[in-house]
Amino acid sequence: MTQEFPQRSNTVSPDEPELDDVPNEREKIFVATPRQLMWWRFRRHKMALLSSVTLILLYLVALTWEFLAPYDPLRHDVQSAYAPPQKLRFYDEEGFHFPPIVYGLKGGRDPKTFRKIYEVDKTAKHRIRFLVRGDPYEFWGFLESDLHLFGLENNEGTVFILGADRLGRDVLSRLLSATRISLSIGLVGVILSFVLGVLIGGISGFYGGKTDIVIQRIIEFIRAMPSIPLWLALSAAIPKDWPVTRVYFAITIILSLIGWTGLARVVRGRFLSLREEEFVQAARFAGASEPRIILRHMTPSFLSHIIASLTLAVPSMILSETSLSFLGLGMRPPALSWGVLLREAQNLQAVALAPWLLAPGLLVVIAVLAFNFVGDGLRDAADPYAR
Amino acid sequence: MRFLFKNVYNANHPALRKLVSRIQGVSSDVLAFIVRRILLLIPTLFFITVVTFLVIELPPGDYLDAYAANLAAGGDPVDQERLESLRKQFGLDKPAHLRYLQWVSNVLRGNFGFSFEWNTAVEDLIWERLALTFVISLSTILFTWVVGFLIGVYSAVNQYSIGDYIFTTLGFIGLGLPNFLIALVIMWYAFDKFGLRLSGLFSQEYQAAPWSIAKFFDMVTHLWLPLIILGTAGTAEMIRTMRANLLDELNKPYVETARAKGLKERVLVRKYPVRVALNPFVSTVGWTLPNLISGATIVSVVLSLPTTGPMLLGALMTQDMYLAASFLLMLSVLTVIGTLVSDMLLAVLDPRIRMETQ
Repeated sequence: MTQEFPQRSNTVSPDEPELDDVPNEREKIFVATPRQLMWWRFRRHKMALLSSVTLILLYLVALTWEFLAPYDPLRHDVQSAYAPPQKLRFYDEEGFHFPPIVYGLKGGRDPKTFRKIYEVDKTAKHRIRFLVRGDPYEFWGFLESDLHLFGLENNEGTVFILGADRLGRDVLSRLLSATRISLSIGLVGVILSFVLGVLIGGISGFYGGKTDIVIQRIIEFIRAMPSIPLWLALSAAIPKDWPVTRVYFAITIILSLIGWTGLARVVRGRFLSLREEEFVQAARFAGASEPRIILRHMTPSFLSHIIASLTLAVPSMILSETSLSFLGLGMRPPALSWGVLLREAQNLQAVALAPWLLAPGLLVVIAVLAFNFVGDGLRDAADPYAR
Repeated sequence: MRFLFKNVYNANHPALRKLVSRIQGVSSDVLAFIVRRILLLIPTLFFITVVTFLVIELPPGDYLDAYAANLAAGGDPVDQERLESLRKQFGLDKPAHLRYLQWVSNVLRGNFGFSFEWNTAVEDLIWERLALTFVISLSTILFTWVVGFLIGVYSAVNQYSIGDYIFTTLGFIGLGLPNFLIALVIMWYAFDKFGLRLSGLFSQEYQAAPWSIAKFFDMVTHLWLPLIILGTAGTAEMIRTMRANLLDELNKPYVETARAKGLKERVLVRKYPVRVALNPFVSTVGWTLPNLISGATIVSVVLSLPTTGPMLLGALMTQDMYLAASFLLMLSVLTVIGTLVSDMLLAVLDPRIRMETQ
């Protein structure tokens, strides 16, 4: 297709009116910058587009959960242990409500099993308010505030949109707050692995020969080890009394120590194939220095591929952190991540009683799928001149 | 009966001659490949022991400090003499490199150390669990292959049919779902809807029983759940690869030619494109074993299977380091050997793999 040239300027004089209005798609493609071409191709992948919106929303949540969550994620109230999700009601016998209302919950105990049971109490109506003052928090650890996007005035009654857990903590607030650690650990871990991968993979691909062989053997060795047992063993060595931030970075480092191998292979592969390209040879013959060849000529043409591979590497990082925390060797309370929350769902009886404890799992799946779709879309878009 | 085999007995039978010449032709470079891979195994095993030894050494204090603390916590008197003799036995009074040598030589003689949590020698604990781990992992590989292959071929041949859409969607979801979540959801569903407790690998009466045919069959009836859970991601991956490869092949001119010559569609697909499509499919098999062993660790914790996962986790939690390290060591060694065996089989099957690694 790229061989055909537009015939228009040769055959038709430019001031013929009806042809001016016809948008010439093909000509647009010829003059488009690579970035435009990538965007056009990415746009064609509808799932990728949808997924990138999802991801942007998720990261917005991760940035601002303190404000979005109706409660402090650690606020507990045994009175509402395992309280079921409360429905937002826009209509009742009085007509339409906005903001919606929630009915109160009446707690009691089953006379036979002593299990806590809840009933919807239609007489107690609580109107949800936007921008209410509620539990105090420190936004990102320094900005003190108590403003929440929504909630109940003066904390009369409860609004558990996703129910409550064993200690009566609001699952939605916990879920939103866990987003920060779960999603950022994926990014930080991938960036760390990427730095390692580019350094080692780049060296391997650029120098070739013996260096390459040794590095490839090391990569093969690491990939031949079962990773979760190794991760478990390494994170079991993290002292129990470390503060949250230090545990966070320790976990990230442990994850990237194994995760870099995949990226190193990608970088090396691209490097090897690009080294033989004509424009690189041309630059070399023109007397460009090696760093200049790498930075000015080679990097731009594999940057997009690398970004695609990075995106595809994020989900496995997120899953690894979730698995580690789920097993109790990753992040640990009071730090919250999706894995930490899923630990509550390890007890079969608890899940049978309160299936909403599995909600973090749903978010894990959404995030992982979204990253996969976006990565797929980026990979297709990475080489806009192909086909 | 004899006349059936008469032709095969005949050394001049063309099929037999072809087979013999094939084995002879292949053997020299396969042998070279195998020798090279086995030589590579030596540094790999060395690295594994170093990493495992590091894991023993990582927690602060030495193993016997943890042991003594554990005894004290349990209210038992700490026998200093016994501690000293243990310290000698494991060489804990020596510098690190000597400790490493001592540990390796102990392991080579089958002495994996002592588990204070279980109060018994480590080697009495690990073998059955390791064996079960590998039984589960290998059956999962088989399951993944069979299901992934069949569905992949179906999806490619019936591209854009309803079945194809269903399987492709399922496959995509399967790739995104972490298998321990699948386990949790299935267990919850079975418990909530049918009151079933889908955990363990044996029925109650067989749990402590010695191995017997009946116990084996009991295991087989419990095996399906871990198989499906562990196999989901792998099957999804296989379906995707197989479908993509086969779709590439199906559009090639040789398929058209065969079709034009009047070959039946079924025979045609099975005989040519499927075989070619199988190759990249087969070459990725080497990485599935480490992934499976890794995934099995966490799934077996959720399903409380009597495999390495739960015991390894427990050992790490209580810093029962010799037990944990032995699991790590043996899992890695067996995984590496398993991968090696699969690579060798591949080398026999697919000449391109031999060439690639030369």
